[in-house]
Amino acid sequence: MGQKRELLSLVGVSVRDKVLDSFSGAVSDIADGATIAVGGFGLCGIPEKLIAALHEAGVRDLTAISNNCGVDDFGLGILLANRQLRKMVSSYVGENKIFEQQYLSGELEVELVPQGTLAERLRAGGAGIPAFYTATGVGTPIAEGRETRDFGGRTYLLEHALQADFALVKAWRGDPLGNLVYRDTARNFNPLAAMAGKVTIAEVEELVDVGELDPNQIHTSGIFVQRIIKGTDYAKRIERIVLAGARVS
Amino acid sequence: MDDARTRIVKRAARELADGMNINLGIGLPTLLAEYAGGLQGVMLQSENGLLGIGPYPQPGQESADLINAGKETVTAVPGASFFDSAESFAMIRGGHIDLAILGGMEVSEAGDLANWMVPGKLVKGMGGAMDLVNGAKRVVVMMEHVNKAVESKVRRECTLPLTGRQVVHRLITDLAVFDFTPAGMQLVELQEGVALEQVREQTEARFSLAI
Repeated sequence: MGQKRELLSLVGVSVRDKVLDSFSGAVSDIADGATIAVGGFGLCGIPEKLIAALHEAGVRDLTAISNNCGVDDFGLGILLANRQLRKMVSSYVGENKIFEQQYLSGELEVELVPQGTLAERLRAGGAGIPAFYTATGVGTPIAEGRETRDFGGRTYLLEHALQADFALVKAWRGDPLGNLVYRDTARNFNPLAAMAGKVTIAEVEELVDVGELDPNQIHTSGIFVQRIIKGTDYAKRIERIVLAGARVS
Repeated sequence: MDDARTRIVKRAARELADGMNINLGIGLPTLLAEYAGGLQGVMLQSENGLLGIGPYPQPGQESADLINAGKETVTAVPGASFFDSAESFAMIRGGHIDLAILGGMEVSEAGDLANWMVPGKLVKGMGGAMDLVNGAKRVVVMMEHVNKAVESKVRRECTLPLTGRQVVHRLITDLAVFDFTPAGMQLVELQEGVALEQVREQTEARFSLAI
């Protein structure tokens, strides 16, 4: 450990800078009206502690870029229930009754984006690519009135990159430099949200020392992560438990 | 499952072949997963970041970190890989998925598909369907031939908002199988016990015969 610290001080990195110990402190500068990119697919791999901290902080008029919107009492659903969200940018939002009420009453604005386009818009936002073309959505309502271009005889739709003031992500393991490793399908949108955030806040189940993660196995480089915090007592709810022998019909 | 749906599933299962990378949509297509087990080298892709979906877990083995695109707990087969959503859709959009099988609300004679929104009802979102129909090498739709009001879902033009235009290669219903070719829509098979006359009566779309 001593040797590693020495090496880090040589390159001018202060190891503990990114590590925080309070979730309320981690989100304290997220202000009313901020845009947040949030990792997760359904309830899988969502930053549940950071969302809870935002709920407690009570900030309002947030724009949330997230594939889904949680359920009524978990995930981003708790921010909806507390009327903290003004707009959602998502691909699928069907699991949530409060969402339905606020959407139909006009309280909540929704921009529906095809899932692959949403992922790529976040990636592009973090990769310095302002826009790109995709065949996805051509000839559908989402393409109406928008710029298209033909390449090789096929029509493509122009899609703009997404960036966020803050990204909230969840990883399985991380280190004080912000290097992250995800587990199984909990990776999903997390690495892309991390890239698109001007300030990316990562919560992890395990925080290990610098040098303990195999550099070959890191999914998100610490360069994309500004703050990291270890959570405890994860609920990690499962939306649909289906077991062997079950027949879905 | 009723007779119509059973017939659709059984016929659709024959679209799966050795060595394919396949994405199965939510709902009826998910039931095809059990047929993949009998084939060699088939990998099922789940757009939330898994190539190599395995069976549902044994009790106690379920994990919040391992789900399919329908948000159900699953397992991963030996040789499976995990990836993020951008890489997942690079596979889909980039033409690396051999076969995508989706459910449908309406299909037109030009091979247009509508399966994501009904005006006047709550719009839940298109999820990955628009990416899949434009990216997979082959797109097969499975759906009931008529709706509850016994109106044809196989139409000259879709009345519902589209998921994709001219994207369907094959349509499998409880009455027949159709292909969409440069020569137009063709009836290629009748389901067992179904008469051509019945298909004609319940199909608004114009099609030619290739049986």
